[in-house]
Amino acid sequence: MSATASVRKTFLRHPALARLCVIAALFLLWEIAARWWVDPIFLSPPSRVVSELGELFETNGIPAALRITFWELAVAFAISVAIGLVVGLAVGLSRFSNRSFMPIILLLYGTPQVTILPLFILMFGIGPASKIAFGVSHGVFPIVVTIVAGVQNIKPILMVAARSMGASRWQIFRWVIFPHMIPSFFAGMRLGMTGVLLGVLLAELYVSAAGIGYFTTLFTQNFDPTRLLGLISVLAAMAIVLNEIVRRAEVHFGRWRTD
Amino acid sequence: MSSRQDRRDRLASRAVQVGFLAALMALWYLGTAYWGVSPLLLPNPVKVWHELADILGSGEYLPDLKVTLGELAIAFAISCTSGITLGYLISRSQYAIRVFEPLLAGVYSVPIILFLPLYVLFFGLGPGSKIAIGTSISFFPIVLNTIAGFGYVDKIYVTAARSMGASDFQMFRHVLLPAALPVILTGLRIGFTVALLSILGSETIASLAGLGHRIVHLAEAMETARMFAYIAFAVAIAATLNTLTSSLERRAKRQ
Repeated sequence: MSATASVRKTFLRHPALARLCVIAALFLLWEIAARWWVDPIFLSPPSRVVSELGELFETNGIPAALRITFWELAVAFAISVAIGLVVGLAVGLSRFSNRSFMPIILLLYGTPQVTILPLFILMFGIGPASKIAFGVSHGVFPIVVTIVAGVQNIKPILMVAARSMGASRWQIFRWVIFPHMIPSFFAGMRLGMTGVLLGVLLAELYVSAAGIGYFTTLFTQNFDPTRLLGLISVLAAMAIVLNEIVRRAEVHFGRWRTD
Repeated sequence: MSSRQDRRDRLASRAVQVGFLAALMALWYLGTAYWGVSPLLLPNPVKVWHELADILGSGEYLPDLKVTLGELAIAFAISCTSGITLGYLISRSQYAIRVFEPLLAGVYSVPIILFLPLYVLFFGLGPGSKIAIGTSISFFPIVLNTIAGFGYVDKIYVTAARSMGASDFQMFRHVLLPAALPVILTGLRIGFTVALLSILGSETIASLAGLGHRIVHLAEAMETARMFAYIAFAVAIAATLNTLTSSLERRAKRQ
């Protein structure tokens, strides 16, 4: 009686523990379903997926494919941040260009870019270039929009104060705009990372000569759920790590505001 | 700033916008008509316009549009009912919120499009896999916003209603629902948009019919002008649907 009561109390005090139990229950359900209910050509139990992860990495071409995909993500992200920063500042810092170009940027941001995916392949080929270009097309808009919003949100009184104390344009940028931009810059980077991941993975899944898209298609056509699930898990882990890095950076660099 | 100069500013920025778009169109036309850009990469805009007129006039788009919109309707219906129901049930206890919300938010941060090959394996190349991907992508914003809407209603309203003797139903109808509705509607709009995007995307990647399939089919046949026309058509459909949901959201929030 007291034992169950104390177990109850522990669970109530630590929701994370209950969360772990939910996750474990889901995995158990998956394991049971895969072992006894579902045809093994469609679904593999998680135990087998994990135990054959090593074999997956020894499959010819998989490490190279993961490296290519990671490289595409990194390059696409770097280009998105560079373009997003330049365009965001150019549009955000001037009232006129903001009024003129923001509607165009929002219009482009709102169009579903997946529909022009075949166009990217036609223009950039089936190699990494088209994935990077498509990733940039998804990553750049959230960065631009967030940076513009961040620059616009600077209190006018700060600008006026800095100017009346005789700050030069560069000094205003360095000491007023730049620190205010940091939080929105990192928020934009997080959204941009989500976009880049979506864009690159979409393009990979659509057509791929040596990247992970090639192998997901291969494993699907061979009815090899074990390795397919293994590959998807590795990619999901990669996505989570990348998202977590930019999220941590956002929390870290946005902190001065709340202090 | 005087209102006169303000007006002049606005006019100038409009002019820049129109000029930008006109320059883009002119560049497109000149590039394809005179500067020898390969028509396989970029077809002549006049030709695209004729193709678009032909597609709209012949009604050739109807079967594909029906497939895509049907998938979207089913996926959105499933994610709405399951997302709102589950979100409401979780939001009823602070403990459940603390257990489930980080879990759902964590899964939401994984690009769910990764599961598409798996869904193709499970449900085949037909509409089944598209409905599955549309549902699982739109489910998360809906359930998370429902939890946020119902779970974080200001305590003071709940206490006030209780102390005035509101029944459970009255509490739901007059306190919880009005407080939560704006947040839930935002979730529904986001869910609708991502469902449409993911369905178009998965049709592009692997499918038998639908607008995305048609675009890929034309790309592979190197009929670029017709492909551009279909892209314009698909973008117009998506823009119309998104504008429609946004205005519905705004109208419902105003009440």
